[in-house]
Amino acid sequence: MLKIEGLEAEIEGKQILRGLNLEVKPGEIHAIMGPNGSGKSTLASVLAGREDYEVTAGSVDFLGKDLLDLAPEERAGEGVFLAFQYPVEIPGVSNINFIKTAVNEVREYRGLPAMETKEFMSHLKEKQKLVKLSGKLANRSVNEGFSGGEKKRNEIFQMAMLEPKLGVLDETDSGLDIDALRIVANGVNELKSNDNAFVVVTHYQRLLDYIVPDFVHVLYDGKIVKTGSKELALELEDKGYDWIIEEFEKKS
Amino acid sequence: MSMSDEDKIIEEATSGEYKYGFVSNIDSELAQKGLTEETIRFISNKKNEPEWLLEWRLKAFELWKGMEEPNWAHVSYPKPNFQDIIYYAAPKPKKKYESLDEVDPEILKTFERLGVPINEQKALAGVAVDVVMDSVSVATTFKEKLSELGIIFCSFSEAVKEYPELIKKYIGSVVPQADNFYSALNSAVFSDGSFCYIPKGVRCPMELSTYFRINEANTGQFERTLIVAEEGSYVSYLEGCTAPQRDENQLHAAVVEIVAMKDSEVKYSTVQNWYPGDKKGRGGIYNFVTKRGLCAEENSKISWTQVETGSAVTWKYPSCILKGDNSVGEFFSVAVTNNMQQADTGTKMIHLGKNTKSTIVSKGISAGKSQNSYRGLVKVAKGAKGARNFSQCDSLLIGDRCGAHTFPYIECQNKSAKVEHEATTSKIGEDQLFYCNQRGIKTDKAIGLIVNGFCKNVMDNLPMEFAIEAKKLLEISLEGSVG
Ligand SMILES: Nc1ncnc2c1ncn2[C@@H]1O[C@H](COP(=O)(O)OP(=O)(O)O)[C@@H](O)[C@H]1O
Ligand SMILES: [Mg+2]
Repeated sequence: MLKIEGLEAEIEGKQILRGLNLEVKPGEIHAIMGPNGSGKSTLASVLAGREDYEVTAGSVDFLGKDLLDLAPEERAGEGVFLAFQYPVEIPGVSNINFIKTAVNEVREYRGLPAMETKEFMSHLKEKQKLVKLSGKLANRSVNEGFSGGEKKRNEIFQMAMLEPKLGVLDETDSGLDIDALRIVANGVNELKSNDNAFVVVTHYQRLLDYIVPDFVHVLYDGKIVKTGSKELALELEDKGYDWIIEEFEKKS
Repeated sequence: MSMSDEDKIIEEATSGEYKYGFVSNIDSELAQKGLTEETIRFISNKKNEPEWLLEWRLKAFELWKGMEEPNWAHVSYPKPNFQDIIYYAAPKPKKKYESLDEVDPEILKTFERLGVPINEQKALAGVAVDVVMDSVSVATTFKEKLSELGIIFCSFSEAVKEYPELIKKYIGSVVPQADNFYSALNSAVFSDGSFCYIPKGVRCPMELSTYFRINEANTGQFERTLIVAEEGSYVSYLEGCTAPQRDENQLHAAVVEIVAMKDSEVKYSTVQNWYPGDKKGRGGIYNFVTKRGLCAEENSKISWTQVETGSAVTWKYPSCILKGDNSVGEFFSVAVTNNMQQADTGTKMIHLGKNTKSTIVSKGISAGKSQNSYRGLVKVAKGAKGARNFSQCDSLLIGDRCGAHTFPYIECQNKSAKVEHEATTSKIGEDQLFYCNQRGIKTDKAIGLIVNGFCKNVMDNLPMEFAIEAKKLLEISLEGSVG
């Protein structure tokens, strides 16, 4: 479903991604780990189409389409969702109004009529329950005055509402207590199907106790330098990244 | 995103063409160009006015001749040539309309193109619409229902004929002829407008609404509105307008006067969408308006809510004179400027009575190369013991070639008064736009969403039906050529 080949990207003239390859098939969960500053958020941003980043080489195919050729909102329409590492506040815009606009914009992109209010409300209720988002939060302005954990749950709520084909979670687990972590993980597990896939960026293996990945990748210096199974995450937790970096530098 | 890319997006998103530009074909009768005593006699004669009103106009004209155009506002524009303006245009006099079926279909079509089908409004919202088209009222609805309650809602001309005592008593009582250059001009040449009278103890059961529209090329517009709320009464009054696209600058200098007696409340809401000129700023309306309310007696309340998206140059300060003890004045404003528009708007709250209270919430949004200024005066007189004011002025910038300015003036002569002022300036962030885009929301829509969020606590004060229209208008006025 997603095929990234030789991806290179820079920001403000500084190269961050240096030939990244990754293939994700429907039904899979991929975890991406790596030290701070290795380019994880950059990868997520490039996939979502943030324009600060310039792609200088490589290709990204998403369900047969050249993803890099699409505007961010078109990518969303095609089914790409990014749960932001730092969700943005939009004062005065209620969460409900925001997500309703989003749902209907995506539907419009797909040639579907706007969702009837009744249908939308029941959809909303169901997804709200999934991530235990209180009705109060749903009526508040988007992310404004939300705690860190509430913001992250709100991201998963939005993802649940939009039902993407590819969900990219950028450190959604950072700063969450164990209960919130479970809620977030549960949300992902409920959404998971044979038709969609997730790329989960994380620092900590503990998230992977709840969201079980099919693959674990280590991102370093703008490339994926090691790929393994779930056990790799445990090993990283135990030994840190240094041994991988050494291994990688010896090779090159 | 590089700087120039960002500029381009913002440019596209903020350089929308005016969507309501068109001219409709309605026969009119014009006055001679220019302003002399003759012009004023012509207007007064056309309208079959009584002698006292002619005298009143002529006195205003005398005063006006000795006055100069104000130039303290943060706006610049070529001064209108007052001798090059046609001061009167009326649709050819036709018989009185009992129902909308009799109204010129052209006019009805015009309203339909504006998305304001009168019929639908009547049915859906129970709004009585007094349509003012090029200075003369052509349709008045719901009149009977209102008259059962003793409410008067009619054109100003009609009021002059039917209720001369009321007009004589109140005209110029809140905005004197010599108040300022434009109010003097208006007093001399006003063509028509609306009159609204709510008798003692009556709660007006529906929103009273007037749609103004400039339709005759090169015609100055001088509307006059007078609202009187007697003791214990309540009325919510709406005024909105759009105008057809044209090349020459058009002057609009309206006067609105509100008088609120003991325990009464007047809510005045307006959506203003005069033609702002093209992207280069050519041909827009000059909107120099004097709006003032007098809380004449105790416990009265006047509330101004305005959404300003149009005009090339706006100069407008709806104000409250809080004379009665415990009276309340409110001002909620959204002013949007785009392209080359200039707006200098705000309010004056004059506290005279004891324990008077005022609230000011102003939201300025500037895009393109526009300039948007808030100018507000809070004045607490010696006798205004316990007066309180709270002002909040927020500015939102879209792009970095526009300007937002805040000029709050406070004059406080009573130590027991409490005056608070808060101000913020923010920019629509690329982060916010990208967040919206990532959720599938196009940039135009996203700007609309963010701007409406920014204005929320003002929009919440608009009557429901009006708020929906106003929200749409905000989106449209900031919409780009994208898509
Ligand atoms: N706006 C920017 N300008 C310059 N460098 C940036 C910018 N944003 C991120 N970087 C740099 O890009 C590198 C990768 O950042 P990021 O993708 O956020 O890493 P990670 O998410 O893996 O911690 C870091 O060295 C960071 O300092
Ligand atoms: Mg990161």
